[in-house]
Amino acid sequence: MLSIRDLSVGVDGKTILRNLNLEVGAGEVHAVMGPNGSGKSTLAQALAGHPAYTVTGGEVTYLGRNLLAMPPEERARAGVFLAFQYPIEIAGVSNAAFLKAAINELRAARGQEELDAMEVLELLEQKLALVEMDRSFLNRPVNEGFSGGEKKRNEILQMAVLQPTLAILDETDSGLDIDALKIVAQGVNRLRRPDNAIILVTHYQRILQYVEPDHVHVLFDGRIVKSAGKELALELERRGYDWIKEEVAA
Amino acid sequence: MTTALAGADRYLAEFEKLERRDATGTPAWLSELRRSAMARFAERGFPTTRDEDWRYTNLAALAAAPFHSASSADPHPVSTERVHRVLIGSSAWPRLVFVDGRYAPEHSSGPALPDGVRLSSLAEAMIDDEELVERHLARHARWDTDVFAALSTAFVRDGAVLYVAAETVIAAPIELVFLTARPGVLSQPRILVAAGPHSRFTVVERHVGLTDAAGFANAVTELAVAPGAAVDHYVLQEQGASAFHMATIHAALERDSAFSTCEATFGARLARTTSTVRFGGEGGRAALAGLYVTGGRQHVDHHVTVDHAVPRCTSRQLFKGVLDGSARAVFDGRVIVRPDAQKTDAAQTNKHLLLSDGVEVDSKPRLEIFADDVKCTHGAAEGQLAPEAIFYLRSRGVDERRARRLLTLGFVREVVDRITVEPIRSYLDRALEARLGSERGSKEIS
Repeated sequence: MLSIRDLSVGVDGKTILRNLNLEVGAGEVHAVMGPNGSGKSTLAQALAGHPAYTVTGGEVTYLGRNLLAMPPEERARAGVFLAFQYPIEIAGVSNAAFLKAAINELRAARGQEELDAMEVLELLEQKLALVEMDRSFLNRPVNEGFSGGEKKRNEILQMAVLQPTLAILDETDSGLDIDALKIVAQGVNRLRRPDNAIILVTHYQRILQYVEPDHVHVLFDGRIVKSAGKELALELERRGYDWIKEEVAA
Repeated sequence: MTTALAGADRYLAEFEKLERRDATGTPAWLSELRRSAMARFAERGFPTTRDEDWRYTNLAALAAAPFHSASSADPHPVSTERVHRVLIGSSAWPRLVFVDGRYAPEHSSGPALPDGVRLSSLAEAMIDDEELVERHLARHARWDTDVFAALSTAFVRDGAVLYVAAETVIAAPIELVFLTARPGVLSQPRILVAAGPHSRFTVVERHVGLTDAAGFANAVTELAVAPGAAVDHYVLQEQGASAFHMATIHAALERDSAFSTCEATFGARLARTTSTVRFGGEGGRAALAGLYVTGGRQHVDHHVTVDHAVPRCTSRQLFKGVLDGSARAVFDGRVIVRPDAQKTDAAQTNKHLLLSDGVEVDSKPRLEIFADDVKCTHGAAEGQLAPEAIFYLRSRGVDERRARRLLTLGFVREVVDRITVEPIRSYLDRALEARLGSERGSKEIS
C-alpha cells in the first residue's frame, strides 16, 4: 500500500530524515518508535504533506500513486489521515462544520453525493459514542478549550468518521491517562481491516499493549535502523533506546 | 482646504434654495435648527486629515464630488419586486422603506402595531406629534461638533420615527430600509428612536445600494432609551461599490436600560461610522459590536465613543474586520469614565484579519479614565490566517481556498453569534458566504 524509498526530508534547511525506507502492506499495523528528535514527527508530517517539510530526495508510492506529488488535500481524499500530535485549535469553526466540510470533500472525491447537515449529524452521533464524547463536542469550536485528552479523542473521532485507508497516528498516545488511551486504542482497532493500514508513531510501548502491531521499527537519526515483530517494542520498553544508539554507532 | 470648502459651498447653495421653497409651513424651531446646523456645517466644511478625528480617513474625493441633495429631485421609482428582493424580514415585520432618503409609502408595510407605538415617516410625525419630534430630533446626535450630523440636520425633512410607549414589547423586529437608487445623489437617512420606560424591541437599519454608481449617503440615527427599556439595534450596510457612506449613531441611555448595536459593513468605497453611547443613568448596559468585510480599495472607519458619565454602567465593544486587497480599516475606540462614574465596567476588543499584504490598519484604543474604582480592559490584535490551521484543514481534504474561507468565517463568527434574531442571523451568514466566495465556487467553475 505504502512504499517509502530513500526518503530524505528537511525543515528550515536542516536535514531530518535521511534515506528512510519503509514498506507498509494492506491490513498491517506498523509501530514506528524512536527517541525524541529521531524524526518520527517529520515522517508523519511529510507523509501528510505539510508544506514546511521539504522532501529533498527519495520517493513515496501510495496505492500506486506518487504521494509526494499530491497536495495535502489530495492525499486526504485518497484516504491518507494524520492524527496530529498537537491538534490545531480553530476559533469560530464548530467541530460539526469542520467535519461536515471534510466528509463532503471526501465524498465528492469518491463521486458520492454530499450529505446534508442532518445526515452529517446522524453519522457524527454514531461515532461520538465510540470515543465516549458528548454531543456538545460537535458545537464547540474545533479543539478550542479542549483538554489534551479531548483533543486526542477528537482526532480519533475524525479518523472514525473519515474512515481512512492509511492512518498515521503521531504520538496520539502521549499524555493520555489510561482511560483515554484505551479509547484511542479502541478507535484504532475498529479501523483495522484487511484493506486498511495503520502507522503508529510512538515514543512508548504502552499503547502497543492495546493495539498489537505487526511490525515494529526503530527510527534513529532520520532513518529506520531496526525492524522486527511486536517483541521489539517490549525490548525497547525494558532497555530504552541507548543500546540501539550503540548498535548504530558500532 | 479649497476642495472641502467647495464641497460645503455647494450644499450651502442647495440649502438656501430649499429653505426658500419651504419658508412657509415649517415650525420656527425646525427652521432655526436647520439654519444653525447649516451654519455649523458651512463653518467647518468637510473634515481634512489635519482634523484629529479624521487623520486616517481622507475625504477629499467626497468633498470634491458633485452630489446633489435627494430632496431636490423626485424619488426614483423602484419596483416592488426589486424591493422584495432586498428585504430580510417576513411580511409580519413592521417596515418603512425609503428611496434615496425619501419615504416610499408604497413599499412600506406591516401589521398593526401595539397601542402606543408610532412608526411613521418624519413628515407624518411632524403633523401628528410635533412635540415628540421636537423633544428628540437633533437633541442627541452632536451636530454642533460632528459635521455630518450637522449636514443631516441642516437638510432634515424626511426620515423614520419610531416611538414605543412605556411597558410595550414588540416581538417582530422593525425593519427600516434605505435604498440608494439613483447615481450622484446625496441621500440622508434620518432615524429617530424613542424607547419608553421598560419597553422592549428590535430595530434593524438597512442601507442597500441598488446602483454601483457613486452616491453619498449620510445617515444619522438617534436612540433615546428610557429607564428600564431594552433596545436591540442592527445596522447592515450594503451600499454599492462606489458609494460614500457616513453614519452617525447616538444612543442616550437612561437608568437601568439596555442597548445593543451590531453593525455589519460590506459596501461602499469609503464608509465611516461614528457611534456614541452615553450613559445618563446608573445601571445601564451597552453592547456594541461590528464586523466589516472589505476588499479592493475599500476604506472602513469606525469611531466609537462610550461615555460613562454616571456610576455602575457596563459597556462591551467587539469589533472585527476582515481586510483583503488594498483595503484599509480605521478603528478608534474611546471609553470615557468621568470622575463620578465609579463601578464602571468597560471592555473593548478590536481584531483584524489581514488576508493580503496590501492592507493597512490603524487601530487606536483611547481610555480616558477619571474615576478610580473601575474595571476597564481593551485589546487589539492583527493577524493573518494561521498556516498550521490551513494545513490542518487541508489534511482533512479541504482545499486551501475553502480552508481559508472557513477560517475567515470562523474569525467573524464571534460577532455573528451575538445576533440572536432570526432571520437576521441567517441573512448575515449568507451575506458573509457570498462576500467571502461561494462554498463550492471552484467546483462550479470547473
